[in-house]
Amino acid sequence: MSVLTNNLDLFLRLFGQTLQLFAISAVLSLVLGTLLAALRVSPVPVFRGIGATYVTVLRNTPLTLVFVFFLFAYPLLEIVKIEPYTAAVTALSLYTAAFVCEVVRSGINTVPVGQAEASRALGLTFTQMLGNVVLPQALRSVVPPMTSTMIALLKNTTVASGFAVPQAGSIRDALSEQGDNVLFGLLWVAIGFVVLVMPLTYVQQVFEKRWSVAR
Amino acid sequence: MSMVLFDVPGPKARVRHKIMAVVGIAAALAAIAYVVMRFIATDQFTARRLDWINYKQIQLSLVEAIGNTLSAFGVGAVLALAFGAIFAAARLSDHAWVRGPAAVIVEIFRAIPLVIMMFFFYYGLPVAGVKLSAFTAVVVSLMLYNGSVLAEIFRAGINSLPKGQSEAAYALGMRKTQVMTFVLLPQALRAMLPTIISQLVVLLKDTALGFLITFEELLRWGTRIGGDAVNFGRPMISVMIVVALIYIGLCLLLTWFANYLEKRNRRNKKVIHREDDKAEMLVLTSDANA
Repeated sequence: MSVLTNNLDLFLRLFGQTLQLFAISAVLSLVLGTLLAALRVSPVPVFRGIGATYVTVLRNTPLTLVFVFFLFAYPLLEIVKIEPYTAAVTALSLYTAAFVCEVVRSGINTVPVGQAEASRALGLTFTQMLGNVVLPQALRSVVPPMTSTMIALLKNTTVASGFAVPQAGSIRDALSEQGDNVLFGLLWVAIGFVVLVMPLTYVQQVFEKRWSVAR
Repeated sequence: MSMVLFDVPGPKARVRHKIMAVVGIAAALAAIAYVVMRFIATDQFTARRLDWINYKQIQLSLVEAIGNTLSAFGVGAVLALAFGAIFAAARLSDHAWVRGPAAVIVEIFRAIPLVIMMFFFYYGLPVAGVKLSAFTAVVVSLMLYNGSVLAEIFRAGINSLPKGQSEAAYALGMRKTQVMTFVLLPQALRAMLPTIISQLVVLLKDTALGFLITFEELLRWGTRIGGDAVNFGRPMISVMIVVALIYIGLCLLLTWFANYLEKRNRRNKKVIHREDDKAEMLVLTSDANA
């Protein structure tokens, strides 16, 4: 207990950094992932191919490798110099975007073709169809898996501790430098993540129950 | 082909799509060309930077590194499957005192990041006098995390079976164990096999987290060779491309195996096919991790 109370400011500061890293990467990956999903459902085969290649490559690469690439390999290309923090955000966003893309795409695919055909037959424009028929249905099946993707992102921010980007995973470094008990420190970090993740899991389950579309 | 969002294109739309295709190809080619130009401009592909591949010592260490990754994957997968089976059975138990603790354990291990678990076993436990090797720390963490996820997958698989299956089996006078082993498990395993294998792909990718606790696996090998400025002038780019290709190849091999099993399943009359998309959504919710 004393490990936590003596270092409370350290824990709060680094968990705050975790949340900041999470928030920025979440927004970026949601935007990029939705754009990629638009590519993957587009009627132009080339766009679909580009989207599919991106998703296949990023989904089958370990996140740690993406981190290594942006922190150790990318600087050698001498394009634009980026800070380790920016590199971490880039790696997390690019990696998570592939998963967001898959969630959005399969959400759109769960809407039966008949729904769109019926709305076109009724004379709805593309925007009306998208806004009033397809997206409201797709959104319901997207939210639960999207929450899981975001939970995974929150946990994945700890990978940055191998690359000198301060967040909750770096609490270990700070504690062992001070000579504090790392064992209990790490237990508290684990408890911190359980506390952060549990409400999200709960929200996900509620959405899953309440929003499951009866078809 | 009519899709949800777009109607079958008419003549005008087809022309528009062709123009967009040309633009798309041009943009993709331009992006690739730019990256290749940067590679050439910063001399990534000079003979000195590709020289590492000629050394027998390095080739052997690469094989060894892949071996380490694969053995962590193999041991981790077997342990995780066993852990998952035991805890799925516990969560489906009729006794609340078994069900409750199992649910708590599974939920907690699913919520803790793998990195923190690995740190705990590798850096934390020595404080209490227990010293684990990096390999053991990686394997135990993989078992606890992926085992918990697999337990949820097994449980969902059994719960997704129509209730009539177990009711009919009970009506025939089967015992609880018989219902489970002869009726429910064979069907659930067949239906869940693709999901289980895609979780194993996640496990394979997660072995790369061993990099953070100095486990000598493929990625660590890559940073060691790639960071060698003295002999090869930091061939990080070329080495990382090779490492990425190996990871992608291994994962795609597993994914391909999952698809093959799924196809074989579809022909199998013993499997109950469900119309809804629960199974696919489960894949999506389970495989978003590092």
